Amino acid sequence: MNWNSVSEFIHMGGYGLYVWGSYAMVAAVMILEVWQLRSRARAQDAASLLTQDGENV
Amino acid sequence: MLALFQRDIKLVLRQRSDTFAALAFFIIVASMFPLGIGPQATLLKQIASGVLWIAALLSAMLGMARMFSEDYADGTLEQMLLSATPLPLLVLAKVCAHWLCSGFLLSLLSPLLAMQFGMSPESTWILALSLFLGTPILTLLGAIGAALTLGVRSQGTLLSLLILPLVIPVLIFGAGAVDAANAGLGLTAHFSLLGAILLLALPLAPLATAAACRIALE
Amino acid sequence: MNWFKYAAPQRFYPLAGILVTWCSVLATLLAIVGLTIGLLIAPTDFQQGESYRIIFIHVPASWMSMVIFVAMAFWSAIGLAFNARLAFMLARALAPTGALMCFLALWTGALWGKPTWGAWWVWDARLTSELILLFLYIGYLALHSTIQDTRRADRAAGLLALVGVVNVPIIYFSVKWWNTLHQGASVSVSAAPRMASIMLIGMLIMAIAFWLYAIATALARTRILIREREAQSAWIDSLEEQT
Repeated sequence: MNWNSVSEFIHMGGYGLYVWGSYAMVAAVMILEVWQLRSRARAQDAASLLTQDGENV
Repeated sequence: MLALFQRDIKLVLRQRSDTFAALAFFIIVASMFPLGIGPQATLLKQIASGVLWIAALLSAMLGMARMFSEDYADGTLEQMLLSATPLPLLVLAKVCAHWLCSGFLLSLLSPLLAMQFGMSPESTWILALSLFLGTPILTLLGAIGAALTLGVRSQGTLLSLLILPLVIPVLIFGAGAVDAANAGLGLTAHFSLLGAILLLALPLAPLATAAACRIALE
Repeated sequence: MNWFKYAAPQRFYPLAGILVTWCSVLATLLAIVGLTIGLLIAPTDFQQGESYRIIFIHVPASWMSMVIFVAMAFWSAIGLAFNARLAFMLARALAPTGALMCFLALWTGALWGKPTWGAWWVWDARLTSELILLFLYIGYLALHSTIQDTRRADRAAGLLALVGVVNVPIIYFSVKWWNTLHQGASVSVSAAPRMASIMLIGMLIMAIAFWLYAIATALARTRILIREREAQSAWIDSLEEQT
C-alpha cells in the first residue's frame, strides 16, 4: 500500500485535481454510455409491448 | 474520357461565376488574417505560407460539391455508371477538369497574395509550386467526399468535415515546404512527400470515388 | 419464412447477449484489480510524482480509440465485400464507443499535460493525431446520420471508414514530421516515464479491461441496432413475446 492515510490518497501529492479529474471523467463517460444503452433497450421493450397488445386484441 | 473532360470544361466556362466566387473567396480569406491578427511585416511573413495554404484549401473545398451534384441531379451520373469506359477513368477526367478550374487557378493567383504578405520572391515560387503539386491531391480527395455526400442536406459543409482531416498531411507538407526552404533545410523532402501522396492518390482516389458513386446511385 | 435471409442477425442476437454479460463481468473484475494496482499499490513516480497515475486510463483509452477505428474499418470492409448487414451494424455500433475513447484520451491527456508540462494542450504528435482521429469518428457518424436510407448510409460511412483507416498512418507520420520540425527536442506526452514493472502490469490490466468494456458496449449497441432494424421480422416478434 502506497498511502498512509485516506486524505493523502485524495490529495495525490498535490495532483489530486488532475488525477481525480481524469478518473472521474472516465467513470462518468462509461456510466453514461452504459446507462444510455440500457434505457434504449428498455424503450425498445416498452415499444414492443405496445405492438404486442395491438396484435393480441 | 476526353469527351467528358471537354464537356466539363465547357460547362464550367459557361457558368464562370462559381469559379470566380471560389477565387474571390481565396483572396478574401487570405486578407482576413492580417485584418484579424495585425499587419506587422515580420509576423505576416512567418504565417504567410500556412495562411495561404489554408485559404487555398478552404476555397478548394468550397467548390468541391458541384463536381458530381449536377450530373447526379440530371441523370448523367447514371449514364456514366453504365458507360463502357471504366468509372474510375471517367472520375479522373472530371477531377482533371475540376482542378483546372479551381486548384490550378488558385496556384496561379497565389503569388499576388504572397506579395500581400511580404513573401520573398523565392518563397513565393516555392509556395506556388507546392500549391501546384498539392491542389490536385485536394481535388482527388475532395472527389471522394463529393461522391459520398451526393444529394445530402448541407452537402458542402459535410463534405468539408469529412475531407479536411484527410488533407492535413498535404497542408503540413505543402505549407512546410516554404518554411523548410527559409530555414535552409532544402525542399526535396517536402516535395517528394507531396509527390508520393499525389502518386498514391491518383490511382486510389478515383477508385474510392467510383465506389462512392455506385453507393449513391444504388 | 425465409429464415436464411435473417439468419445472421437472428443467430447473432442471443450470442451477443451472452458475450455482453461475460465481457462486462470480466471488465469490471480486471478494472478493480488494475485500479488497485494503479492507485493503491504502484509507487510514486520519481519524476512526475502522483500525476503519472493518469496513464492507467490515458493509455488504454488512446489504444482503444485506435483499435476500435481499425475494427470499424474491418467490419465495414466485410460488409462491403459480402453485402452483410450485420457487419455494417457492428461497424456502426463501434463508432460511438471509439469516439468516446478518443475524447477520454484527449481529456486525460490534457489533465496529464497541465501539471507535467504546464499547458492544457501540447501540440505533440500523439495528442494531435488523437484529435484528428476524433474528427474522423465524427465524420463517420455525421455521414451516417445525414443519409436517410440505412443501406446507403451503412455503405457510404463504411467506405469513409476504409478511406480513413488508410489515411491514419499517413496523417500520423505527417503530424510527427510537423511536430519535430517545429518543436525540435519535442515535449512528448507519449514519452512514458521509465516504468517499474508493477506500473506496466497495472497499465496492461487496465488496457484489457478497457478492451472488454468496449466489446461489451459495442455488442450491446449492436443488439439495439438489430432490434431497430429487424423490427419487421418474425423472430423479433417471437423474441419479444418471450420478454
